[in-house]
Formats: sequence, structure tokens, C-alpha cells
Amino acid sequence: MHPAPSVIIFTSLSGLGFGLLFWLGLGQPAPTGWVGFGFFFIAYALAVGGLMASAFHLGHPERALKAFTQWRSSWLSREAVAAVATLVTMGIYAALLVFAGIHVAPLGWIGAVGCLATVLTTSMIYAQMKTVPRWRHWSTPALFLALSLGGGALLSNNGWAALVLLTVAAVLQLVAWFTGDTRLARSGTDIGTATGLGGRGAVRQFEPPHTGTNYLLREFVHVVGRRHAQSLRVISFGLAFVLPVLVLALGLTHVTAAIAVLSHLAGVFALRWLFFAQAEHVVGFYYDKR
Amino acid sequence: MTSLPSHTDKKLGLVIDLDTCVGCHACVIACKGWNTENYGAPLADTDAYGAKPEGSFLNRVHSYEVQPETGAAQLVHFPKSCLHCDDAPCVTVCPTGASYKRVEDGIVLVNETDCIGCGLCAWACPYGAREMDPVEQVMKKCTLCVDRIYNENIPEVDRQPACVRTCPAGARHFGDLADPNSAVSQLVAERGGMDLMPEQGTKPVNKYLPPRPKDEVPEFDVLGPYLEPVAETGTGFVAWLDKTLSALPGGAK
Ligand code: SF4
Ligand code: SF4
Ligand code: SF4
Repeated sequence: MHPAPSVIIFTSLSGLGFGLLFWLGLGQPAPTGWVGFGFFFIAYALAVGGLMASAFHLGHPERALKAFTQWRSSWLSREAVAAVATLVTMGIYAALLVFAGIHVAPLGWIGAVGCLATVLTTSMIYAQMKTVPRWRHWSTPALFLALSLGGGALLSNNGWAALVLLTVAAVLQLVAWFTGDTRLARSGTDIGTATGLGGRGAVRQFEPPHTGTNYLLREFVHVVGRRHAQSLRVISFGLAFVLPVLVLALGLTHVTAAIAVLSHLAGVFALRWLFFAQAEHVVGFYYDKR
Repeated sequence: MTSLPSHTDKKLGLVIDLDTCVGCHACVIACKGWNTENYGAPLADTDAYGAKPEGSFLNRVHSYEVQPETGAAQLVHFPKSCLHCDDAPCVTVCPTGASYKRVEDGIVLVNETDCIGCGLCAWACPYGAREMDPVEQVMKKCTLCVDRIYNENIPEVDRQPACVRTCPAGARHFGDLADPNSAVSQLVAERGGMDLMPEQGTKPVNKYLPPRPKDEVPEFDVLGPYLEPVAETGTGFVAWLDKTLSALPGGAK
């Protein structure tokens, strides 16, 4: 799949933003005054900034309101509804806390559940795709949730929770990689079933249907060199998980916390790039490409 | 709306004959032409006369080589357009309701004024049957020429999809696949029509007719005995002439 910057930025930033809002909703911490304003400002900047980036991905952003209508069937529509409902709920909770010093805990809990729902719906957009066997696995939503909550814990200064959740996320990431690498081959779809000619012999492309490129090739066929991908995996794993966990284990100061957060963020960006770039869409079989 | 109907009264679709398709791409051009001048946004091209021309199409013709275990390889031309799936994943993922499947005839369409151009339906289609228009930024797909098949303003003979009407080899057939007595259903039954990627669970309405086995060429040749090879080394005048001519500069060795 084409690793579109807008979608990478969107899933990474709003994942972190909703993760931070989750912990704020639980009241861990429940900051008031200027400190509270700072926390919520960062959370909203990440969550809303990410959503804005995703709007750039649309051909017709001016019709975006229509995307709230089909929540009965569409995960993307559910995500839109969940995101806005959560942001409104948490906005009221934050305003009461920051400006009036009133902590309405149940409202925060509802918001926290909304954060989980938003991240889950985002991940299900990918996990539902039968056409991308690498994504169609429980590890996709599990990893999105663990990364979001772990990153949020890091940002909200919940050291222990961050340590545990980032470790869990690291394990889930390894599961996603090791099982994902062979999932296309195990899916049963190949150029033979794509053309229906597999029973007659070995099928290969003789001539493509068009000489130039097209939407399908640009959007769905993205080939990353194996060696390149492996080294990027090592780097992103180190940045997203290993370094922050080490810092957390050694104890947080202002400076080390900043290093952990920046390292984690850079790592998540790289992980998301790989998430898209390494995902193989079955339409590639029609072009004899992976 | 983006939930799928539980049942459609008809299942209009195409039956594509991989045995007779000659790979001329006439259906590609007929489709592009009709759908640029009629229903919805025109199918745009970018850099049409430049170094990197490309554009949106609703129908494309691939070509494959099939190499059996023994014997000669076979070339198969493979037209591909939307299969108007019964269980269309492209419809249910749509967040706006722009993508829908019609209850009356099963045609899968996009309401272009509702489409936000998110592209998710194209992600969900295993067949690559949907392309984003590069200029209008709305999703384009085969309409089964819905503006021809019911169109009373055109002669009856033309009330079929443009690709079917134009195919010089008669490799594309249009009809109701829900009716077991329709010509297309009969053809599918007779020729062992198949689904593409059945494991994806999309239940395509369109069917593909597999190439027929090639005729076997008989081993013996009735004229054989009369066509024995001419003697390799001649004698007499002809042999002398041959040798002399070959010895000339530039002569055959
Ligand atoms: S072929 Fe693709 S676009 Fe057409 S109905 Fe099936 S899934 Fe949808
Ligand atoms: S591109 Fe248009 S038709 Fe396709 S899912 Fe998005 S809104 Fe629906
Ligand atoms: S039925 Fe019409 S829209 Fe569909 S491929 Fe044929 S010509 Fe194109």
C-alpha cells in the first residue's frame, strides 16, 4: 500500500493524542489551571491535528459531514462519530477541570472509553481489509491500542503504565511482523485464483493492461526492498520501544522524559510507514506484482 | 445506503469469455468513450499528450501466459471490470453512503455527489475495479452502462453495455444471472463459468468462461511419404554446378 504521509501523520498523532486523553479522562493525572490547560492543549493538538491531516487525504473534504451517516456498516464512519463524540465529551470535562477546578470523574471515564473506541475504530478500518492479508489479524487493533495507550502514558507521566504498555506493544509488534510476513502467502489468494487460470498451469503476466501507471498501481502496489525494510524495522523498534523503555526503567527527569517522548514519536512514524509500505494488496496479483 | 440489500430481484452482469477474447482492447475504448460522454463525471486523463499519460478507466484488458506442466504455453487475454459482487465489500466500507448496490437489479453504483473521495472502497475491492478520477476526485467504477441498458431513446439493439456492444469477438455477454434460463446463465452452465478469487467471499455476479482445450494436432501426415527429403549429396551435372557456384566469391558454403 502507498504510505501516504497524510495517513501516517494522522494515525500516529491522533493515536498519541487519544492515548493522552484516555489517561487524562481517567484522572491520571487530573491537572487544573495552567498545567491542566497545557496537558489538554497538547492532547487536542495531537488528536485534532491528526484528524485535519486525514482530511487532506480526501478528494472532497467539503463533504466530510456525510461521513457521519453510515456508522451502521462502515468502520470509517464509526471512527468519525467516535472521534467527534469523544472530543466533545472530553472538551466539557477539560473545561470544567481547567477553568472551574471541578473534577467530574464519570464524565472523564466516558471520555476515556470514547478514546479507546476511537483508536479501535481506526485500527478496524485496516484490520477489516480482506484484500490486505497482512492487516487482517487481531494483532492490528491490539497493536494500535497498545501503542496509543503506551504513548499516552508516556506523555501523561504515568511511568509504570508506560513501561508495561510499551513492552506489551513491542511484543505485539513482533507478533505482527512475524505472522504478517507470511500471511499473504497463507491467504490462499495468488495469481492463479485472481485469474481463475491457476488450475491450468503456472500463470504469469504476459503484457500489462496499460503502458503507464494508474491509480491502482500508485495506491496499492508499493515494493520496499527487503534489506531496507529490515533495517528500518530495527531502527523503528529501537526508537519506539527500546529507548523509551530503558529511559523509563532508569527513572524520568524532565530531560529524559522529553528524549523518551521524541524517540517514541519518531519510532511510531517509522512503524506506521512500514505498516503501509509493507502491506500487500491482492490486486497486485493482477499485475504480477506484490 | 451502504448496507447491502439482502436480496436483489435481478443480478445483471457480464459473462466474459476468455476463450474468444482476442485482446483488442476495443471494449476498453468503447467503455471510456461512453462513460466520458454520459453518466457522471467524465473519465479524465492527465498528461494525455505528454511523457507520462495516464487516466481513469472502468475496464482494462490484462494478458497472461499460462504454462501447463507439459505442452505449449497459452496466451489468455483477460478483460476486467467491476464484477457487481453480491457481497460487495466496497459498499459496506463506504462512510458516506455514496456506494450502493441496487435492489432492483444488483448493479453497484457510486453517487458522485455524496462521494468524499476517501478511496476506501477501492482498498476493499480485491479486483482493482475502482479508480479515483484524477480530476474530479470522485470514485469511478463500471456502471454496467445503466444509462444504456434501460435507455428508451436509443435503438433496442444498443440497449446493452458499450463494451458488450462493441466487442468484435463476441467475448462479452450481458444478462440476468439470477434467471437460470437466461442466455448468460445457460452459457455459464454449459462452459463451466467461474468466479475470480472465490476465497475473498465477494460472490461476484460476473462470470468468466475458461479457455477451451486446444485441438490436438494428429501425429501422422498423409502427404509425408511423397515429401521425402531430397538427397543431401547429389551426383552428376547438378552436383558439379552446385559445387562451382559455391566456390565463387560470396557463394553459399
Ligand atoms: S468488483 Fe470490486 S467494485 Fe465491483 S462490486 Fe465487487 S468489490 Fe465492488
Ligand atoms: S471514495 Fe467515495 S464511494 Fe468510495 S468509500 Fe469513499 S466516499 Fe464512498
Ligand atoms: S458495462 Fe459499461 S461501464 Fe461497465 S465495463 Fe462495460 S462499457 Fe464500461
